[in-house]
Amino acid sequence: MVPELGHFALILALVLAMVQGVVPLAGAATGRTHWMAVARPAAWGQFFFLALAYAGLTYAFVTNDFSVTYAAQNSNSQLPLIYRISAVWGGHEGSLLLWVAMMGLWTVAVGLFSRRLPVAMVARVIGVMGLVSSGFLLFMLLTSNPFDRIWPAPMDGRDLNPLLQDPGLVIHPPMLYMGYVGFSVAFAFAVAALLGGRLDAAWARWSRPWTTIAWAFLTLGIALGSWWAYYELGWGGWWFWDPVENASFIPWLVGIALMHSLAVSEKRGAFKSWTVLLAIFAFALSLLGTFLVRSGVLTSVHAFANDPARGVFILMLLGAVVGGSLLIYALRAPAVKSTGRFSLFSRETLLLGNNVLLAVAAGTILLGTLYPLVLDSLGVGKISVGPPYFNAVFVPLMIPLIFAMGIGPLTRWKRDRVNRLLPVLSVVLIVSAILGALLPWWLYGEVPAMAAVGAALSFWVLLTVLLDVHHRTRNAESTVAGLRKLTLSFWGMNLAHLGVAAAVLGVTFSTYFGEERDLRMAPGDSVEVAGLAFNFEGVDQRRGPNYVANTGVVRVTDGDRQVALMETEKRVYNVQGMPMTEAGIDAGLTRDLYVAMGEQLDDSGAWALRIYHKPFVRWIWLGGLLMALGGLLAASDRRYRLGRHGISERGENA
Amino acid sequence: MNPIRKNRLILAGVIVVGVGIAAALALVALSENINLFYSPSQVVAGEAPRDHTFRLGGLVEEGSVSRDPDSLVVQFGVTDGAESMIIYHRGILPDLFREGQGIVAQGRIGDDGRFMADEVLAKHDENYMPPEVEHALETARSLGVTDQKTER
Repeated sequence: MVPELGHFALILALVLAMVQGVVPLAGAATGRTHWMAVARPAAWGQFFFLALAYAGLTYAFVTNDFSVTYAAQNSNSQLPLIYRISAVWGGHEGSLLLWVAMMGLWTVAVGLFSRRLPVAMVARVIGVMGLVSSGFLLFMLLTSNPFDRIWPAPMDGRDLNPLLQDPGLVIHPPMLYMGYVGFSVAFAFAVAALLGGRLDAAWARWSRPWTTIAWAFLTLGIALGSWWAYYELGWGGWWFWDPVENASFIPWLVGIALMHSLAVSEKRGAFKSWTVLLAIFAFALSLLGTFLVRSGVLTSVHAFANDPARGVFILMLLGAVVGGSLLIYALRAPAVKSTGRFSLFSRETLLLGNNVLLAVAAGTILLGTLYPLVLDSLGVGKISVGPPYFNAVFVPLMIPLIFAMGIGPLTRWKRDRVNRLLPVLSVVLIVSAILGALLPWWLYGEVPAMAAVGAALSFWVLLTVLLDVHHRTRNAESTVAGLRKLTLSFWGMNLAHLGVAAAVLGVTFSTYFGEERDLRMAPGDSVEVAGLAFNFEGVDQRRGPNYVANTGVVRVTDGDRQVALMETEKRVYNVQGMPMTEAGIDAGLTRDLYVAMGEQLDDSGAWALRIYHKPFVRWIWLGGLLMALGGLLAASDRRYRLGRHGISERGENA
Repeated sequence: MNPIRKNRLILAGVIVVGVGIAAALALVALSENINLFYSPSQVVAGEAPRDHTFRLGGLVEEGSVSRDPDSLVVQFGVTDGAESMIIYHRGILPDLFREGQGIVAQGRIGDDGRFMADEVLAKHDENYMPPEVEHALETARSLGVTDQKTER
């Protein structure tokens, strides 16, 4: 009964999404106010039915209703309750439902927080989002209905993939999807502005907080995914340049470019056409990400389910979204005049550099990700592009980007003089270079060139952020009063930039000073890694709720002092008979100790063990967290909540 | 030339040159890091490169896995149904590695003629077959090999 109600709610949501997509847009085009007024109620209604459908599917999972095919494929009665709830988005159909439900949520949020916007603008934004939502609902109902029944119903379900039975994976997909779907708001604003013919500072200001929040969620999603891969895949890596990781990373990079380009469009009225293009591409690449993950065209850790028909449909959807919006862009963009002129050394130029570097980085990663697919579909051959390619193209682009990141916030809009900043910045640069060389030497006694460059870049960002704070507070009567005058968007930006510095340091140090040993160890064996003694104490059997495990114990000592007692498990899950590794991690701010079991090698009790020492690896995710937090802070700045005539950034009290 | 035009020209020039260099470097890096996939039949026929890493995949042959008693060196055979190849690997095999399972290994043929894998990939799903392996099996099958024990 409940699944049928869910299915019915989904159909009603589709009907309302179509109404929401068509009537307000037609109203805005013909100037009919009462048609435009349909936008909000339709959005409320659509979200209501989506929430109902979602609750219905969750109910099927919680009550172990295995007559629902999707529940039978992704859940099991032995599965703990929390994982039964998260198993709702553990497969293709449910994650799509989550996608659309989040789209509904974002639409409702736009409806709520845009009371001060012109009616026609709101009608167009909500209308565009309704059209996108209709496409996805149609896709669900035609190719991947989560409420399909199976008869006779199986006695029990096939269980959630054990890899996904993990707290990190409970929140990773929702965060990622919040980001992907959030870019639809920026996209809708851009298309609405094109349709309405008003690409002005107000449009850019409305778009900014939405874009920033979406990007912050995407950041959290990616960071969580990376963290999960680190402790759950059991081999201690945090980024693999896997096509599916790239699929989320490319929109993330374009999102950064978009946030910065929107700033120029708002403050200076320049880059407008480019900003619109970026907004279209950020969302299109999010759709491409969904397509790549869900169509099964990729050979990847994420390719759980394959169905070419679905891939073709998403490809058509992608074609409609990109083609349609680019058509509107082609028709309307020539009328857009970018007004702000700027000289060669100005903040605009540096932000232009930011955009070019990020666009090139996104493009090269896209090339490496799609190239194997293109060759394969042309029948030329089956190839794979390895991580060395991505490292070789990405790292050289990030060095100038992070260097520019230090200068950008210090320069003035429109026109600045090199001589004003050169003296102080050259001192900062020299100090950063010295500190960057000293820190690795002091901590590890050696200074590989790239490690020094990475550390120096981190110091460069840190010091320029401090310099910026100093510049902005030095004219205040006291430092405290000066600090209090700074806006949330200022703090947000700097926090995010510090996040980049932290992540760069984490990546650099864990890459250059990490130690990894894969060895054969019998109980009682001891090995020294990074100056610590790792003693393998043997293996016990243990029984979990839906698995049995071999638990290995490793005692880590430094001389006579015990540093950590670590447990690592090799689990076999009952239903799918699938083995899984649980790594033992002793986490720390300056280093992680990482132990994971390989396989049992012989009957004497010898096991293959991974014993890793990973300095500063936690800083990578700490950096992601800071970036996301910075984004949320910046988006909650007061000026975004003011009316059409907001006040300038400098002149307000926090 | 007026200063605004001049500025724009400089900016545009820098961007074009920069993007051009980046594109050239990316293409060089791409061509150096492409790993082609070969089936055991192709490797036996001598089609695989001797001086470059490539991917080799197939089903792990039953009873072919053997370990060195003192180290993490392991060897196993992979087959596409027609031919088979021995793969050597030093390290820990993935959780889902087992006999009868489809795997992909990346590595190169050494001077001694052995295929030494740097990396062995098995997928995170019981029922999942790497598309390359499936393709290799189908090719071998279509060439008239009938004595298959492959199951999906």
